[in-house]
Amino acid sequence: PAFGLFLFTIARDPLRIIILIAGAFFWLVSLLLSSLIWFIAVKASDPRDERLQKGLLIFGVMFSVLLQEAFRFLYYKLLRKAIEGLVALSEDGCSPISIQQMAYVAGVGFGLMSGAFSMINLLADALGPGTVGIHGDSQLYFLTSAFMTMVLIFLHTFWGILFFHGCEHRRWWEIAAVVVMHLTVSGSSFCNPLYVGSLVPSYILMAAAAAWAYLLSGGSAQNLRRFLLCK
Amino acid sequence: MITFMNNSDSEEEPCNERTSLMSAESPPVPSYQDGLQASEAGEVQTHRKRRAGSSRGPNNIAGGEMSGSGIPVRESAPENEEEELTLKYGAKHVIMLFVPVTLCMIVVVATIKSVRFYTEKNGQLIYTPFSEDTPSVGQRLLNSVLNTIIMISVIIVMTVFLVLLYKYRCYKFIHGWLILSSLMLLFLFTYIYLGEVLKTYNVAMDYPTLFLVIWNFGAVGMICIHWKGPLQLQQAYLIMISALMALVFIKYLPEWSAWVILGAISIYDLMAVLCPKGPLRMLVETAQERNEPIFPALIYSSAMMWTVGMAKPDTAARGPSQQAWDAAEDGREHHRSPSHADSQMSETRSPVPTRPVTSLEELEEEERGVKLGLGDFIFYSVLVGKAAATASGDWNTTLACFVAILIGLCLTLLLLAVFKKALPALPISITFGLIFYFSTDNLVRPFMDTLASHQLYI
Repeated sequence: PAFGLFLFTIARDPLRIIILIAGAFFWLVSLLLSSLIWFIAVKASDPRDERLQKGLLIFGVMFSVLLQEAFRFLYYKLLRKAIEGLVALSEDGCSPISIQQMAYVAGVGFGLMSGAFSMINLLADALGPGTVGIHGDSQLYFLTSAFMTMVLIFLHTFWGILFFHGCEHRRWWEIAAVVVMHLTVSGSSFCNPLYVGSLVPSYILMAAAAAWAYLLSGGSAQNLRRFLLCK
Repeated sequence: MITFMNNSDSEEEPCNERTSLMSAESPPVPSYQDGLQASEAGEVQTHRKRRAGSSRGPNNIAGGEMSGSGIPVRESAPENEEEELTLKYGAKHVIMLFVPVTLCMIVVVATIKSVRFYTEKNGQLIYTPFSEDTPSVGQRLLNSVLNTIIMISVIIVMTVFLVLLYKYRCYKFIHGWLILSSLMLLFLFTYIYLGEVLKTYNVAMDYPTLFLVIWNFGAVGMICIHWKGPLQLQQAYLIMISALMALVFIKYLPEWSAWVILGAISIYDLMAVLCPKGPLRMLVETAQERNEPIFPALIYSSAMMWTVGMAKPDTAARGPSQQAWDAAEDGREHHRSPSHADSQMSETRSPVPTRPVTSLEELEEEERGVKLGLGDFIFYSVLVGKAAATASGDWNTTLACFVAILIGLCLTLLLLAVFKKALPALPISITFGLIFYFSTDNLVRPFMDTLASHQLYI
């Protein structure tokens, strides 16, 4: 689905593609830094202590989430500057791309990159022979991974919109809400392999974020009805 | 890479430099790409600014978008309009560059992942005589550094040779070289590649069919690259040639040497383009002094010749293959970007075909394009291919390098818009790529693996 989003909405306009790739790049940098921190922490600690390792992993995940949001903020700043430049350059004084579109594209960029990193090795291994969960792990591993990744990609997209909107209008609580949501989703994945604990809250949060982002972008219940009834 | 903006009246864009993006003084057209973008950009700009002769930087392309502040102050109103027009096309050009680079990388990665031949170590080129099978780390490092030095010096020699040839107007010689090298590339390498692919998929093909296929492929390729042809077809051929060269490099360069060479090539590119005595810069300046299209008889010349109606390329020129190789190499290096250390193979280096053929018809259109040297393509693909081949993190590392290279390309285009003169295209992208490769392989991979095994998501 994320790829479909990409094809239909982004691939047409080259500017959006650039913003997308830049968004992916920022996510990548944040991942790099967070894994650096985690790596240092692991090396500095005792590799045999299971609990400590798990604790470090959790710490790494939380830290990574915070870093991602920080990079989203940095990216927002960069895009603001770029918009000013674009406005100055364009002929009729208005930017060829609005900040909301940028927010959407940035969110998709983040999401695509995070989804790709989560899934791609799994997919490559899935091409090979083998049975899932033969050692007593859950047999639904691939399926749940796929769903979780998809929900994460969508969530990143919505968070992008919400985040940028919050920054635009200086509503700090929106930004805080995004961060909290992200932390919650990542935290819920700790419940794995108890999949109920992770997938269900994530989907609920995604629906909430989607509705919120939709309202922020100017949609309303009437628009939705009209769209569905093909008026 | 040097992207040229030609001052001369001639339409064609010099952009064959692999890694150079040059913006000549007069025509603002930034042309980076060699093969891909047909001279659209250059032409248009050239037409517009034909006699301008001013030092307008044509490339606002990338700059326009990414940073508004990059736009230089325009003195006159007409210039402003042109600039805005250039800027408008900016994103489009960046994408026009993205697509071929991406395609080339995809081809290389797909081949590396599926065909085992290219990851087996079957010997080394004579340009990298020192083996890396040594027991100690220090010895291996030393060997790879020595290999790099040899390779870079070969490239430098080739480039200087090419500049000299150009200075003394030995156009026919250069042209013959290029023809020969592209010939060998198209036929020999394709034959090997096809053979390996068929072997991998266990598809039988008899010799007559093979001969027919390769003959057609090669003949059409020669025509497309050195003569007129549909733009898309020419671009496709150039991409394929770059991919083939990159595959050859990936196969025959030992591991550490490859990374060191990549780094050294970036530095060399930077110096060759920006230093006053750098060969590429001298080439560009000479061409501008003579007020003729850059590299008229060099690699890109085949296309250029056609556009300006000069002598047709003769297919005779049967020189020793070594010569052809040298010529091609020089042409390539020189034009594309000194950073291409494609010198290794004694086979033809990718001939200059990377230059987009700018047919006269296209010149008429007011299109702008960006030109990129083929060498840049090759080295980007080498980086990504090596990441795919040797990294244990597999796809994550490959993806990371891919994004890093694209971002580097964006930034380079941005700088081109800001500076409006020939710029090396390799350094930024390769630096980013190398950083991301090493860091992803060593830092991110354990992290992601642990996360995946616990099915945690960040």
